[in-house]
Amino acid sequence: MPSIKLRVVLALSGFALACAAHAQQKDAAAPRKPAAQTKKAASAPKEAITAEFEKFREMMEEASPAELFEAKGEDLWKAKRGPKNTALDQCDLGLGPGVLKGAYVQMPRYFADADQVMDVERRIVHCMVTLQGFKAEDLARQPFSDESRTPDPVSLVTYVAGQSRGMKVAIPQKHPKEREAYEVGREIFNFRAGPWDFSCASCHGENGKRIRTQELPNLSSKEQAIRAFQGWPGYRMTGGLMHTLQWRMNDCFRQQRFPEPGYTSETIADLLTYMGVNANGHVYKGPGIKR
Amino acid sequence: MADPMRIRAVSKDGVVNVKVLMSHEMETGQRKDASGKAVPAHFIQSVSATWQGKMVLSAQWGPAVSKNPFLEFNFKGGKAGEKISITWTDSKGDKRTDEATIN
Repeated sequence: MPSIKLRVVLALSGFALACAAHAQQKDAAAPRKPAAQTKKAASAPKEAITAEFEKFREMMEEASPAELFEAKGEDLWKAKRGPKNTALDQCDLGLGPGVLKGAYVQMPRYFADADQVMDVERRIVHCMVTLQGFKAEDLARQPFSDESRTPDPVSLVTYVAGQSRGMKVAIPQKHPKEREAYEVGREIFNFRAGPWDFSCASCHGENGKRIRTQELPNLSSKEQAIRAFQGWPGYRMTGGLMHTLQWRMNDCFRQQRFPEPGYTSETIADLLTYMGVNANGHVYKGPGIKR
Repeated sequence: MADPMRIRAVSKDGVVNVKVLMSHEMETGQRKDASGKAVPAHFIQSVSATWQGKMVLSAQWGPAVSKNPFLEFNFKGGKAGEKISITWTDSKGDKRTDEATIN
């Protein structure tokens, strides 16, 4: 059976090749088109590839295993845990203790109790330490998902993010420290350093850049900055792991051959403030799926 | 104990559309760990769906199904408010059953 099928496929591809060759000959015979039109034609296949990826992503979003991590996070949020044996229902994500709806799309923000600007993961870790009695060093030891485990903050972030599904990104810039975080974040984004003299902006500061077939959003522009926000936290089909923006930032630093930033550090909160504020006004679709 | 499934069942024009997300490693047995030893196979072998005591789907799965698998199917007859239950059994004999109400 398989050999027959294979033969059919081969026959078809032979047919396609013949057609392509014919088309090429015809093209050569035809008069040269104006330059503008040729350029337009050249960009068409690229757009087609992107459209196919978009279709694929849409299909996968419907069946995103991120939901499994949302469920796990919900259990973790509500369970009495840690040395102090308490749940996280008193954790204030900026809208009052235990208020989750819309909290994710309004972070990073300034928290007076910690006198810091905190992104969601930084805040959750803060709650786990102050309310539940976990040790920050323990949480920072292996903070990212691997084959053997998904760290608790990852599931918690996914749960909290799911509570802002369909809501508009509205990261505050009222407090002076929030505005400072944005400015510092922009500095970090544009700061060139390391053995490759790289910055975030090297890849994400212009329109139309890409790595292989993956289009890179220009995160310094208001229109595209949402793409740093959308789809995160995300389930990566490669390896089937759930990752948060803490991981994404960490991995971008690694790709730039920079020293590794501290887990839930101020640096990351500043960067996320810069990119998040740029994305303000766009609708957040909830935890996503990545290739 | 395995993590719960996520089940959504929606009835429309006499047909129920069921979407199930299962939490499972789905190890093929083909992979090797860092020390070169084969990671033992561990995957879901059978899946069944029951509605009103009647089996509406029965499937045999193998190691080619992805980690955290997603299953979608339709069946005729279900109405909103009725229950659908899904059960899987894996190669180690672990079992998990979850139930959802049809919307």
